[in-house]
Amino acid sequence: MTEQISPETFAHLVELAALDLDADQAEYLRGELNHQLKAISELAAIPLDEDVPLSSHGVLYTPEISPELRKDDWKPYANPAEIIAQAPESDQGYIIVPDIPHTTLE
Amino acid sequence: MELCDLSAFEIGQLLREKRASAAEVLDSALERIQAVDGRAGVLEPGEEQAEDKQRVHAFITLTAERARQKAAEVDRQLAAGEELGPLAGVPVTVKDIFCVAGTPSTAASRILANFTAPYTATPVARMEAAGAIMVGKVNLDEFTYGSSNESSAFQPSPRNPWDTSRVPGGSSGGSAASVAAGEAVLSLGTDTAGSVRQPAAFCGVVGVKPTYGRVSRFGLIAFGSSLDCPGPVARTVRDAALMLKVIAGADPNDSTAAAAAVPDYLAGLEDGVRGLRIGLSPDYFKITFPDPRTGEYTQQPLPAEIEAAVRKAAAQLAGLGVEIIEDVPMPNTRYGIPVYFVVSRVEAASNLHRYDGVKYGYRTNDPVKDLTELYRKSRMQGFGPQPKLRILMGMYVSAAQYSAQYYKRALKVRTLIRRDFDQAFDPHGKYRLDALLTPTTPTSAFPMGAVYGDSVLMQYADQLTVPANHAGIPGISVPGGLDADGLPIGIQLLGPDFSEATLLRIGRSFEQATEGEEWRKARPMVLR
Repeated sequence: MTEQISPETFAHLVELAALDLDADQAEYLRGELNHQLKAISELAAIPLDEDVPLSSHGVLYTPEISPELRKDDWKPYANPAEIIAQAPESDQGYIIVPDIPHTTLE
Repeated sequence: MELCDLSAFEIGQLLREKRASAAEVLDSALERIQAVDGRAGVLEPGEEQAEDKQRVHAFITLTAERARQKAAEVDRQLAAGEELGPLAGVPVTVKDIFCVAGTPSTAASRILANFTAPYTATPVARMEAAGAIMVGKVNLDEFTYGSSNESSAFQPSPRNPWDTSRVPGGSSGGSAASVAAGEAVLSLGTDTAGSVRQPAAFCGVVGVKPTYGRVSRFGLIAFGSSLDCPGPVARTVRDAALMLKVIAGADPNDSTAAAAAVPDYLAGLEDGVRGLRIGLSPDYFKITFPDPRTGEYTQQPLPAEIEAAVRKAAAQLAGLGVEIIEDVPMPNTRYGIPVYFVVSRVEAASNLHRYDGVKYGYRTNDPVKDLTELYRKSRMQGFGPQPKLRILMGMYVSAAQYSAQYYKRALKVRTLIRRDFDQAFDPHGKYRLDALLTPTTPTSAFPMGAVYGDSVLMQYADQLTVPANHAGIPGISVPGGLDADGLPIGIQLLGPDFSEATLLRIGRSFEQATEGEEWRKARPMVLR
């Protein structure tokens, strides 16, 4: 039986993902996710030996093709002001954001 | 035929022989853009305009001023007798998933619509250092999530120059459409599940997915970090080889860019294919689709016209001295899309966490009570439905209680997919193939609106291209004919790691052998 994402699980995922969906969007997306899970369930029946390794990527990175990592020397960036200026709100080199949520402890 | 319709190679010759200037070549491209492109994609497109349906809409940002400056520089070098770079004076477009300093680099998303990149991606920098003239940033599916370009937040989205009622393919839809329509000679795209090869097939041009790590990803806005491959789109195989030579190679800014030497892809391009072993697999002549009634996944044969084009290509290659090996088993091909639904979504979710409205990009203007609400509203308003789907699926299948069942299992099946290729290409194995010949896509270009909205059906457009992304191996798509509706059919060649030179050589031989065929005389609708 295909796993189904319930509205509760979906709401939890939405919170984890730092999104905020209205009811219509939520239903449409939840439906598409469950539709996709059906495709994913094709994987369940594949016979997999215990010793099949995981591949986090395809190409085998041998020493010959792996670049040497550079020395861990920090170099100052030429124009930090340009980068900070990208922020929607900044002041004297700081990026301004609203305060974090506050919780009153018992 | 205009200057903008020439190949990069021909333009290079013209410039060096002083029969044309870079400024003239650029003018030709800009005139073509003016004639066929129509409105560029924007966030608020308003009412559809009368001519929208007949235009290509490849662009998000035209960079005419920058292009003029670069063309002037090339002409100055020419006049001063200085040596020209290998792409000098060649008009190119860049998929707007690459950061290019001083240009809007949007990923076709509202969340980066206001982002001007402070640096330039390595492959773009290399092309510009070689003298290429970037005429603009072209449209794509939002964050490269799609196979039709329709999901872009910048509308109208690109249309197929061969039939503007149809999609150009995706996610490098703007790249393939701009090259097919003569708006650029070359384009830099990316291929994560087929996003260079599939639109190349739909638009009748050449597309290369290099080996993973062959081209640096520095400056590429990330989707699937283990899958993404920047790659060339061109009208001829030689042009694709020329561009790949420029962009490939190690990069101190990308530790996954392979240190393997970059061969001269042009040397040996014309050497022919005698003695090569090219395989055909029954697993690439079947396509998987969900049954519309039952929802069950069934396999059907490939559409006859597409199979015929591949088999005809095999026969032509056999005539050139290739040994065609039939019945090569690639049994895990059918799991490519299910694995992709898991692996790519986990990587996408991770790569999209950084878009939080804090440091750059879109921040909500709504009043918010705290930082968490800032994140939620910015992401909610900034991302379209495709990024949201990918983030949510990625979080689900990697969650602690599900990851063994989904993510880890998918990574094991990825090993099996790689093994299919290892066995096919093993020089001491049963098949000892130099390449596998397959169709690129299960269909030719579908109509705008026909598939969008069904995220599974859309993803299955990539079923014949995605295995190469899981395995990391290179693949190219070259035009292989036209279907009964006059739409391009692409044929695909897949090879072992770092075998781009062989794949290009086979592609070039096929291109030469079919030079005089009727179908090569056809032109895209927008150019008739």
